[in-house]
Amino acid sequence: MRHTISVLVENKPRVLARVSGLFARRGFNIESLAVGTTERREISRMTIVVDVESKPLEQVTKQLNKLINVIKVQELEPGASVERELLLVKVKAEPGRRAEIMELVDIFRGKVVDVGRETLIVEATGDPEKLEALVDLLRPYGIKELVRTGRVALARGSKWQPERAERATRGAA
Amino acid sequence: MTGAQALIKSLEMEGVEVIFGIPGGAILPAYDPLLDSPIRHILVRHEQGAAHAADGYAQATGRVGVCMATSGPGATNLMTGIASAFMDSVPVVAITGQVPTTSVGNDAFQEADVTGVSMPITKHNYLVTSAQDIPAVVMEAFHIASTGRPGPVLVDLPKDVLQSQMTWYWPDSVDLPGYRPVYKGNARQIREAVKLMLSSRRPVIYAGGGCIKSGASEEVRRLAELLGAPVVTTLMARGLIPDDHPLCLGMPGMHGTYAAVTSMQRSDLLIALGTRFDDRVTGKLSAFAPGAKVIHVDIDPAEIGKNRAADVPIVGDVKTVLKDLLPLLDREIQARGKPDLRPWLAQIREWQARYPLRYEQDPSGPIKPQFFIEKLFQATKGDAIYVAGVGQHQMWASQYIRFKRPRSWVNSGGLGAMGFGLPAAMGAKVGRPDEMVILIDGDGSFQMTAQELATCRLEGIPVKAFIINNGHLGMVRQWQELFYEERYSAVHLTFDCPDYVKLAEAYGCVGLRCETPDEVEGVIEKALNIEDLPVVVDVRVDPWEKVFPMVPAGASNDDIILGPSRREREGKEEAA
Repeated sequence: MRHTISVLVENKPRVLARVSGLFARRGFNIESLAVGTTERREISRMTIVVDVESKPLEQVTKQLNKLINVIKVQELEPGASVERELLLVKVKAEPGRRAEIMELVDIFRGKVVDVGRETLIVEATGDPEKLEALVDLLRPYGIKELVRTGRVALARGSKWQPERAERATRGAA
Repeated sequence: MTGAQALIKSLEMEGVEVIFGIPGGAILPAYDPLLDSPIRHILVRHEQGAAHAADGYAQATGRVGVCMATSGPGATNLMTGIASAFMDSVPVVAITGQVPTTSVGNDAFQEADVTGVSMPITKHNYLVTSAQDIPAVVMEAFHIASTGRPGPVLVDLPKDVLQSQMTWYWPDSVDLPGYRPVYKGNARQIREAVKLMLSSRRPVIYAGGGCIKSGASEEVRRLAELLGAPVVTTLMARGLIPDDHPLCLGMPGMHGTYAAVTSMQRSDLLIALGTRFDDRVTGKLSAFAPGAKVIHVDIDPAEIGKNRAADVPIVGDVKTVLKDLLPLLDREIQARGKPDLRPWLAQIREWQARYPLRYEQDPSGPIKPQFFIEKLFQATKGDAIYVAGVGQHQMWASQYIRFKRPRSWVNSGGLGAMGFGLPAAMGAKVGRPDEMVILIDGDGSFQMTAQELATCRLEGIPVKAFIINNGHLGMVRQWQELFYEERYSAVHLTFDCPDYVKLAEAYGCVGLRCETPDEVEGVIEKALNIEDLPVVVDVRVDPWEKVFPMVPAGASNDDIILGPSRREREGKEEAA
């Protein structure tokens, strides 16, 4: 099962290595990982997507929480959070097909951010499923290069779900 | 002042009395202010010795052990010791030199990515990039190492950071937003635990190393006595309550006593305190204590439910939790009485009587290792700190020493690092100079760090090393005998290379030897009476003796092997 974990960490050297090393050591494959600053300069947020069963995941979240530089670990429920990803894709586009592609991109509320002699670079954001759909539609034109940021996510509502965070990090105590 | 001066001053502020280490290029600046410091530096002969010594010091005293090494090979040599401290949750701070910040990442001479290498075997580590950070980092390192679930912390200091100027300060407190260990247990869960305890007919208190670290010896004992429940003390908890206490069943696990192993298997409630359901205790996990509910108290939330689901999980410090729990339990017992555990204890007594630890010493045969250790115990009466290496001798020591006090047993449990013994004994003796420190080592284990005899001799650390010399890597030999059809591959070390008596003498220590059972008492007495010098005793024992009971790796604890009787073995030899 796919899980999205949001981790608040101190913005310190090696913290990414500590977190990713922990996943690697326990045999977890990280599907995507996005790191960036938060509203506070000294704190970064990592959004990690892993595909595992719940029981081993609980062990990893507990181990994560033991890292000194990790401040908070929260598992985000798909229904109770907003997930977004940014996509840049370079598509083959002879002058005659540009309009067609741009129309398609428009439907997905994407943007063409670069026009070359024979290619376009398209930018789109959205949840991963939407991006998947766009990529599928662009594929027949010929995708030259593609990059995705990996998911970033925030819990919905005014604050985060402490009871769930608590469960993930504390065991039942 | 310089970063190096700030480092030494910070260590002084933390109350460090001794550092085990070896200097080298990158750490040189730190060794200069050491000359003017009251901190004692003990120059070891190999950095692995420094790390194990810091571990032994910490296990014996409860204080943070400190070791120091230079960059590159100095630091990598510390790693086995750091890994052992990590597995056994021992508070150690390791200070390492690093190449100058301008060279970091350039494959400079004696450069190794020490924070990278040590990341999975430390509780936390630091690469300090500014001299101004040193006091805060040192304070944090000691705080992290010694609180919560203790463990090693490494501080890597580039040479230019040590040499550059800083303005001295000493922080009021640490600022670690992501580190808040929970000491106090949840009140509701504690009430649940009491309820479960009073409904159990076959409880066993399963006490681990966390109880020693927490200083919960008295509380565990009171819990046992209040409930009337038996206690097993794991390899890391030997001595937590005295072995001659009527409720103490000794060590559980792969080489545990039959009563300890079987009472856990048949138990209806395991009261697990500061312990982690290690594979060496549980055997095959799915067959471990199948009928038991579990109360699990541990300061590390990640241990709870890791191997065995807990019916009542309590995150907290064992001592703090028990201090809250005991009055509740007492009140409940006063009000409602407690279950009658007499049938359970009677059953356990029967197991103890029927399947005690045993060996047979033929007066004219070779010395049995168990016989020697038993005699050593009788001569010291538990009034010593016993240290072991890793192997058969370690198990026999844990089985045959009747421990009296917590922190009187020092060993490498989780990592099982051969070579631990001599340097750890050295560290224990430095930390507790008024105690007699007895090392029970194996010949294989001893040879891995024997060079520390020089340190013991020159620094005036009179440990007493008894080498249970069976001329083999005994535990490996035992496994080859039992599980590899007696095909002995790469286990023969020989009795007499090196000649341990001459080796001891070459280091300026006293060397003694005994080869027959009737020499045992004499040699022990002689060794115990030498007070001013380290002593090495070469005890030539029966190389064929095996450690029993034994639960084969991966087997259920129900399949415990008690060991062939002497007669069976002779029969087998005749047949062969």
